[in-house]
Amino acid sequence: MTQAIERPTLTTKPAFHKLKCKECGAEYEAEAKHVCDLCFGPLEVKYDYDVIRNTVTRETIEAGPNSIWRYRQFLPVESSDPIDVGTGMTPLVEAKRLARRLGLKKLYIKNDAVNMPTLSFKDRVVSVALTRARELGFSTVSCASTGNLANSTAAIAAHAGLDCCVFIPADLEAGKVLGTLIYNPTLMAVKGNYDQVNRLCSEVANTHGWGFVNINLRPYYSEGSKTLGFEVAEQLGWELPDHIVAPLASGSLFGKIYKGFNEFVECGLVEGKDVRFSGAQAEGCSPISQAFKEGRDFIKPVKPNTIAKSIAIGNPADGVYALEIAKKTNGNIEDVTDPEIIEGMKLLAETEGIFTETAGGTTIAVLKKLVEAGKIDPDETTVAYITGNGLKTQEAISAYVGEPLTIEPKLESFEAAFERANTLNRLDWEQTTV
Amino acid sequence: MAVKVLIPTPLQKFTNEQATIECDAGSISQLIDALETSCPGIKARLCDESGAPRRFLNFYVNSEDIRFLDNTETALSDGDEVSIVPAVAGG
Repeated sequence: MTQAIERPTLTTKPAFHKLKCKECGAEYEAEAKHVCDLCFGPLEVKYDYDVIRNTVTRETIEAGPNSIWRYRQFLPVESSDPIDVGTGMTPLVEAKRLARRLGLKKLYIKNDAVNMPTLSFKDRVVSVALTRARELGFSTVSCASTGNLANSTAAIAAHAGLDCCVFIPADLEAGKVLGTLIYNPTLMAVKGNYDQVNRLCSEVANTHGWGFVNINLRPYYSEGSKTLGFEVAEQLGWELPDHIVAPLASGSLFGKIYKGFNEFVECGLVEGKDVRFSGAQAEGCSPISQAFKEGRDFIKPVKPNTIAKSIAIGNPADGVYALEIAKKTNGNIEDVTDPEIIEGMKLLAETEGIFTETAGGTTIAVLKKLVEAGKIDPDETTVAYITGNGLKTQEAISAYVGEPLTIEPKLESFEAAFERANTLNRLDWEQTTV
Repeated sequence: MAVKVLIPTPLQKFTNEQATIECDAGSISQLIDALETSCPGIKARLCDESGAPRRFLNFYVNSEDIRFLDNTETALSDGDEVSIVPAVAGG
């Protein structure tokens, strides 16, 4: 059970000090608390930007660790030794071949399929959440997860020596289940969808006194996603892009990239720019996209039915905020079918050598759809966020990638198979051009 | 009709720190009024100025979101369990 553990010593004054309700503005101490007592709105970390502006420059950031902790002053932790497992500073790849295929001039992929340690962007939010959990005295951490978060929470809890109990829907991909179990947490596979898991966890969080990274630690946790904004700005040579495309599950990531860009402008690290924000959903779970297309300012929850399980949240907590951002930045929210998601995964792999999971396939398929609809200008510098790794969702793609050519260890066997493969390739090519 | 209501932590100050209470109501809107009678002040927290449930609060009847049922007109029967859960979680 939960016991208090020793709190790390403080060496520098943190730039955050309170939590503030995003809806009504009520303020609270920076404790494990995620909703406003008065209106139930989400609580956000409040920073003193004067402190940050006076202590952080491009040079101090560049001299920092090669991880998310180079942006430490923008993150809600106090410790001098945050949990650093090499999370962040993933490649920003200029995707020339994909850009040419789509008809864009300047396209980048922010590749969190190779984030450390568990190959998804969730390592960013969990590194922050568990550092804060330790500071607040939790010895058991937990989460409600569609898979990637479970992997990350279990792995980083193992590294930090924290007890861990995570909750997932029972029908997750095998790679995500195994990729959690290996760290030996208590793993609860709940017979229900993610929204049901999430509701259960909200009730468990009330009673067990654990640090749930995406419930009572959510104000701290979610701030970790800002680093996806910071890194892109830094990697573009301290400039903001013109347009970003990111997947939408709860909508939190989208809002935090937006916040990250704005904080860099606010603190004088980059020039201000009107960045357009476009969001990607799977048609089988598209409550935010549906609201966008119908011009609504509220979300109607849906019951998910898609292969893109990692973004299958039918009742998205930050959906209304994602909607607002897409509207006010002149962006779009679009959804794509499961076959389009598969095609998106293959397109990214074949043009850029990046094997993403279904959420990334969704992002690429939506990117393609928006370009084809004229909703992304070819001259815009565009960044597509790839947030997870394809090796974790092999079931989704295994029927669509063909088979190896099994041959005898003889030259003639190879030649015959190679000739056959070339013939098949030509037929493929002819089919697609007819 | 007696239904069991699960109260989230921020509202337990209205229920003498009880996490569950029993209530007689035939629908969610009646339930909100019945809660106000037994726990004065709670309705203003559950509902916004227009009287509708707050947008960051979810109501479930036997684990089903009332937005998949008849919203606040969702009928309640003896023995039903109503959960009131803050919406901001997860992701």
